[in-house]
Amino acid sequence: MATATRRRAGVRRAVRRAGAPLLLLLPSLILVGVFVYGLIVANARQSATDNHTAAQATGQAPTTGVGLRNYLDLLGSEEFQHSLTNLVLYTVVFLVGTMVVGFLWAWLLDKPLRGEGFFRSIYLFPMAVSFIASGVVWRWLLNSNQGEQASGLNRLFQMIGLDALQNNWWNNVSVGIVAIAIPAIWQLSGYVMALFLAGFRGIPVELREAARVDGASEWKLYRHVLFPQLSPIALSALIIIGHMSLKAFDLIMSISKPANYQTKVPAVDMYVFKSAFDYANAAAVGTILLVIVAIVIVPYLVHTHRQDKR
Amino acid sequence: MRGARRTSTIAAVAAVAALALAACGGDGGEPESSGSGGADEVEVFTWWAAGSEKAGLDALVKVFDEQHPDVTFVNGAVAGGAGSQAKDLLQTRLQAQDPPDTFQAHAGAELQDYIDAAQIEPVTDLYDEFGLTDAFPPDLMDRLTADDGEIYSIPSNIHRANVVWSNRQVLTDAGIDPDATYADLSAWMDDLEKLKAAGVTPLAVAQAWTQVQLLETVLLADLGADGYSGLWDGSTDWAGPEVKAALEDFQTLMGYTNTDRDGLDWPESQQLVIDGKAAFTVMGDWAEASYEEQEQELGTDYSAFPVPGTDGVFDFLADSFTLPVGAPHPDGAKAWLETVGSAEGQEAFNKAKGSIPARTDVDMSTFGEYQQSAAESFQGDTIVSSLAHGAAVPVATLTAITDATSKFTSGASDLAAFQSELAAANAG
Repeated sequence: MATATRRRAGVRRAVRRAGAPLLLLLPSLILVGVFVYGLIVANARQSATDNHTAAQATGQAPTTGVGLRNYLDLLGSEEFQHSLTNLVLYTVVFLVGTMVVGFLWAWLLDKPLRGEGFFRSIYLFPMAVSFIASGVVWRWLLNSNQGEQASGLNRLFQMIGLDALQNNWWNNVSVGIVAIAIPAIWQLSGYVMALFLAGFRGIPVELREAARVDGASEWKLYRHVLFPQLSPIALSALIIIGHMSLKAFDLIMSISKPANYQTKVPAVDMYVFKSAFDYANAAAVGTILLVIVAIVIVPYLVHTHRQDKR
Repeated sequence: MRGARRTSTIAAVAAVAALALAACGGDGGEPESSGSGGADEVEVFTWWAAGSEKAGLDALVKVFDEQHPDVTFVNGAVAGGAGSQAKDLLQTRLQAQDPPDTFQAHAGAELQDYIDAAQIEPVTDLYDEFGLTDAFPPDLMDRLTADDGEIYSIPSNIHRANVVWSNRQVLTDAGIDPDATYADLSAWMDDLEKLKAAGVTPLAVAQAWTQVQLLETVLLADLGADGYSGLWDGSTDWAGPEVKAALEDFQTLMGYTNTDRDGLDWPESQQLVIDGKAAFTVMGDWAEASYEEQEQELGTDYSAFPVPGTDGVFDFLADSFTLPVGAPHPDGAKAWLETVGSAEGQEAFNKAKGSIPARTDVDMSTFGEYQQSAAESFQGDTIVSSLAHGAAVPVATLTAITDATSKFTSGASDLAAFQSELAAANAG
């Protein structure tokens, strides 16, 4: 009797302690639950059906579960493998490009320099332009005509006597996607620079001075004092750029066209499937993309979670 | 302290309640119940938002206002992407059972998806009611009739896809007679070779769908009208030697095209010919509007003729209007369809848009020179359905054919692989 009362009081206390925060969190929990996790589940269920036609999409014809058939078919097809290869190529070039260029700019601006603010704005500015708008310009710059009909960058190469550098850019069927990474690097290097610059500024001057007093060379100073302090920043930049790259769609759509085989990536495949009423395959591509992004992001989340606990 | 906590609890409860209410409010957005007639307005969903297409729609609306002054026209035009934006939005609206009163769609097989999905109603009765059955050519009626014997849309205009446009100055400069006629593709290729040697782009094309359009005219030229139509009903073998020979011709023709094709849309490749940077292009006769805008003269600045080997065949596509299931204003939609099918509506619309009327009883004497000749061909020629414009096959098949074509022209597959992919695409 007495224990029951005590227990009830305990429950009441626990509810009172957790109740108000829980109630405040509830709306967002419900929204996230329904619109993020609920829809992920709905998408996964859709991808395990044979819903490939308009009639099935509206329930006029029956759909049946096919398990992982769609995934196996997709991953086994030459076209989708080509899309995945393109995605990997694009991501690697985009990541390496923005990290290297962004770091170099940040390193240069970290030196006491006149007009630093001016350069910072210049480098950061391309990020303010939408992918669609810059894509329209880059579509012209990356025109694949050579010789007499050349325009854009190929024409520029001719004018400065570097004719040998002319190429067909994104129209190369095996590595053309790399050409589309160029505008992406141009747009996001400034952002990576800003991240690194903040990292440099966050390192106390005393640390550098102490290293110098101890006789560290400039290289050793960077290698053993500054780089370790920058590694969390580098990791964040990698994750941010990496997941943007995996979702690449708008830049590719505005430079190339969705039907162009040479620049297909999974996001474009998803769009094409959806437009042709093939909802099951569109959902399957979506799930594959989600898994790929999760492979990149989840280790990072685990890592930061552990650091927070420490 | 206690009071503060209670206030925050109440606030939180209120917030949740408000949210729940807002969620329920979503149901209120349903269109007013159908079946009530609803003849007071009509929402017409199109992708005619700019240029000659907009002018055509405006002219049609003017006729509509005269014929049906009691029905308010609501413009549901969606701009962008040559109709792809509109189709995306339409797909969403139909899926959500919020259809417009009538929507624009290419006549023919492209409607099959909407029919299978039970999203549009047959309008066969309206053909009798409006007296359209005898006004359209019998060939066209065959093409419009679905497998179940019903007709699902009323065409507003007709375009021809198998037209070659040439720049006469470029041809003269290269020593080629601009008035030359070509009996077949190989005769044409001889001149294309000369142009290549002269250093101009012989044949301009643009992105994938224009390449599919070129492919369809090559198939039409090499297989003939019956062989071509047989591709869609299964009587011509996609894997056979005739198709292989046609694909070889297609490969040869692609060798004469501009290298930046995949980045261009059709107005840009058309402009290459208008500006004298290319000699020929194959494009539907909506290209006529761009010549008119730039004050080019047929016969002095440019020529237009059927793709060599397709003379006497009219590779047709048509815009048409439908009657969606569950539309809020079916009577308004019927009024719109009546105007679309009427001789006055077709005359006003097509004169402004640059296409030709689907009806054969419209007086063509006030139309442009090209339109007059096209209307003449339309009455006399064999009519076949265009592949690239959704008249011949459903969307999914066209997507598969387009993918295979892009793969081939970008150099990722050889001719044998291309042919087997085309055969697979048509097998479903």
